[in-house]
Amino acid sequence: MAREDKKINTTIIANSPAVSKEASEKASPAPRGAEILVRSLIKNGVDTVFGLPGGAVLHIYDEIWRFRDSITHYLVRHEQGAVHAAEGYARATGKTGVALVTSGPGATNAVTGIATAYMDSIPLVVITGQVPSTMIGTDAFQEVDTFGVTLPIVKHSYLVKDVRDLEAIVDEAFQIAKSGKPGPVVIDVPKDITAHLCENPRRIHAEYLFENEDLPVDESALSLIVEKLNNARQPVFYVGGGIVTADAADELMRVVETLHAPVTPTLMGLGGFPTAHELSLGMLGMHGTYAANMAVAESDLLVAVGVRFDDRVTGKLATFALHAEIVHIDIDPSNIGKIKNPHVSLIADAKTALRKIAEKLEATDRAALAGGRAQREAWWLKLKGWRDSVPLSRECSATEIKPQHLIEELYRVTNGDAIIVTDVGQHQMWAAQFYPFKRSRQWLTSGGLGTMGFGLPAAIGAQLARPEKQVVAVVGDGGFQMTNQEIITAIQYKIPLKVIIMNNGFLGMVRQWQEMFYDRAYSEVDLSVSPDFVKLAEAYGALGLRAENPADLRRVLEEGLNHEGVAIMDIVVSKEENVFPIIPAGQDTRNMILK
Amino acid sequence: MQHTISILVANEAGELSRIVGLFSARGFNIETICVGKTLDPAWSRCTIVTRGDDRAIEQIIKQCARLARVREARAVTQLPHIEREMALIDVSVKAGGERQEIMNLVQIFRAKVVDISHEKMILEASGNWQKVDTFIEMLKPFKINEVTRTGCVAINRLSPFEQKTEEAAA
Repeated sequence: MAREDKKINTTIIANSPAVSKEASEKASPAPRGAEILVRSLIKNGVDTVFGLPGGAVLHIYDEIWRFRDSITHYLVRHEQGAVHAAEGYARATGKTGVALVTSGPGATNAVTGIATAYMDSIPLVVITGQVPSTMIGTDAFQEVDTFGVTLPIVKHSYLVKDVRDLEAIVDEAFQIAKSGKPGPVVIDVPKDITAHLCENPRRIHAEYLFENEDLPVDESALSLIVEKLNNARQPVFYVGGGIVTADAADELMRVVETLHAPVTPTLMGLGGFPTAHELSLGMLGMHGTYAANMAVAESDLLVAVGVRFDDRVTGKLATFALHAEIVHIDIDPSNIGKIKNPHVSLIADAKTALRKIAEKLEATDRAALAGGRAQREAWWLKLKGWRDSVPLSRECSATEIKPQHLIEELYRVTNGDAIIVTDVGQHQMWAAQFYPFKRSRQWLTSGGLGTMGFGLPAAIGAQLARPEKQVVAVVGDGGFQMTNQEIITAIQYKIPLKVIIMNNGFLGMVRQWQEMFYDRAYSEVDLSVSPDFVKLAEAYGALGLRAENPADLRRVLEEGLNHEGVAIMDIVVSKEENVFPIIPAGQDTRNMILK
Repeated sequence: MQHTISILVANEAGELSRIVGLFSARGFNIETICVGKTLDPAWSRCTIVTRGDDRAIEQIIKQCARLARVREARAVTQLPHIEREMALIDVSVKAGGERQEIMNLVQIFRAKVVDISHEKMILEASGNWQKVDTFIEMLKPFKINEVTRTGCVAINRLSPFEQKTEEAAA
C-alpha cells in the first residue's frame, strides 16, 4: 500500500499546475498541502487535536509530528472517542474542537460524534482523510463518500479539490463552525492534495463567503416582548442551550431578577441559571420537576430563549403551555415556528436579546416594575406551593446505594464545583436532577442525539480544556462499555480522568420503560454479566475502586476523586430504581407520574 | 398542496445534494427540479416543485436559507408568478391523416415540430405544466414513444396583480 501511494503522489506532484518550474528550483520549496493544513489550524488558534492516523492522512500526521511544539495531538483508540473528546473540549470552553481521522472507517467511526455535535449545536472542525482525488469513486481501499455520508449531520462540509483552496477552506470552516448557531464542519482532504505543493493560495469566491451577519434586532418585537413581560401575571422563562452557547447567564439573571420571574432550564440549559437560585424551578420536561412542568402548563406568558421545543420538553404538543402566549427568542430562524408557533418571535442570540430586554426593563419606571412584581405575587404563592408539595425526592436505604444518593454525595465531595460529564440514560437524569449546577459549561451531556458512550471521552476533552477544574464523568454500566477503551488515552497523557460508573446491572432507562410500559418484559436489558470494572481499571493502569453499600460510598468517592491519576469508581446502586417524575412520551403534565 | 420553491445557491459541487437532502429526509418526493446558472455564473437558480404539508415546506425553506452556500430561498407559490415547463415528445405517425391531425394540435398549443421522419415526429411544447399535461393528453390517441420534461422554472411577476389573461394566452 505504502509503495503504491508514493508512486501515485509523485505522479500527481509532477503534473500539478501549482508547481511551477521556478518553485521547484527555489531553495525552500513551496509548502505541501499537509503543512498548509496544519499551519492553518495553528493560525486559527488550535493547539489541541484529537485523532487517530491512517493511510490517507499520513502526510498530515507527518506535519503534526513536525509541528508538535505548536499543536498537541492526542491519540485516541477509536475515532468516535476523538470526536467526543473534541466535543468535550468545545463544550467546556466554547472554543471550536478539532478531530483528525483517516478515510473510510476512520470517517464512519467519527459519524456518531459528528451527529452528536450537530444535534447539540457544538462547534467542531473534523478533518477526514480521503483516498487520492484520482481514485475517488473507484471503490479504492478505505474509500467512503464522507461528504455524502455526513451531509445531513454537518453545518457545512468540504471536499478539497485543489490545494490552493485549502487554507481558505480551513479559515472559513472555523468561522462557520462558531458563527450563529454553531455546529460541526467536515473537511474531507484527499491524500494527493496533502502532498501537492502550493505557492499561490487562493481565496474562496468572494460572494460565497459566509458572513457572520449581526442582524439588527427587531426593535418593535423587542418592545412588544418588554410590554408583555411587564403585564404578565404568570410568566415563566423556559431557557435552553442557547443561553450556554451565547454566554448569556448574566443577562438572563439581570432580566429575571428585575422582573422577579421564575426560570426553568432544559437539560441543555442546565447551568445557564443556577439551579439553587430562588427564582429557579428546576429542570423542565419529561424528567423535570413538578413545579417547572406545572408552571409551564399554567403560565400566561412563556418566554422561550435559546430553545427548540424539543419533544422531551413539550410532551403532548397540543396541550403544552396551553394558556400561554409564547415569546420565542432564537438565533436560528428555522427554529421559529418549527414545532410551536409563537405569538412574538425575535431572531437574535440570547445574550444580545436579553441584554436589550434588560436595558429596556431597567429604563421602565420603578413604579411600573414594582406594580408588575406585585401582580405576580399570587403566581409565586402557587409556584412555591408546587415546589414545596412535590420536591425531587428519593428513598433512603441502609443496605443499598440509591443512585440519587450517589449524586448528592458527589455534589458534597466536589463542593458542587466539578464539571459533570454524563452518558445517556438514568444516571444522566439523576445527575441532572440532583447536582445543582452553578454556572454555564459545568454540565456537559449529549442531549439531542442521546449518545451512549459520550461521557468518558468527552470528559477527557473537558479535562484537557479546563485543567484547573475537577472533571467527573458519570456514566452507566452500559454506556461505559461503549467507549471505555479511551481510559488508556487518559493514562497515556496523564489526564486525571475520573469516572463514576453508576452500576445497576441493566440498561437502566430501557428497563424502566419496559417496567412501566411493557409489563415488565425485560427484553435484552440485563447487563449482570459484565467485566469486573475494578480489574479492568487496573488492567489499564488506573485506580479501580468499588462501593457496594452506603457505608463505603463517601470513602470511595473521596479516595477516587482525590487520586492524582485516572480513577474508575464502580458504584453498585439499587438495581431497579426508576427516574421520577416522568411524563410518559407524548403525554402532558396531567399524566406526570411522581413515584 | 403543491409548492414551487426558488433557491439561489452557489454553483458548486455538492450544494444541490444538501438541498435535496432536506426533502428526502422527510420522505418528500421532488416532482420537478430545475437548475441553471444565473446572470452571475457563480450562482445557480434552483426551482423545486414538491407536494407536502405547508408547515413542513415552510420549515424546509427556512433550513435551505440557513445553508452556508444558499443566498436566498423562497416559496414562489405565495405570490403571483409565472411558471413554465418544456417537454420534448416523440410520437409515431401512421401514414394517412395522422400527421395533419398532430399538426393541428401543434398549432393549437403553439408547440413546434423539431424533428421529423417517415414514421415519427418530435414535438416541443412549453407553457405551464397544466398546458403541457393537456398537450400530452391530447397526443395519447397517437402512439407516444417517449416524453421528456424539463420540470418547472418560475419567476415572480413584476406587478403584484394576477394577470390571468396573459397566463391563459401562454
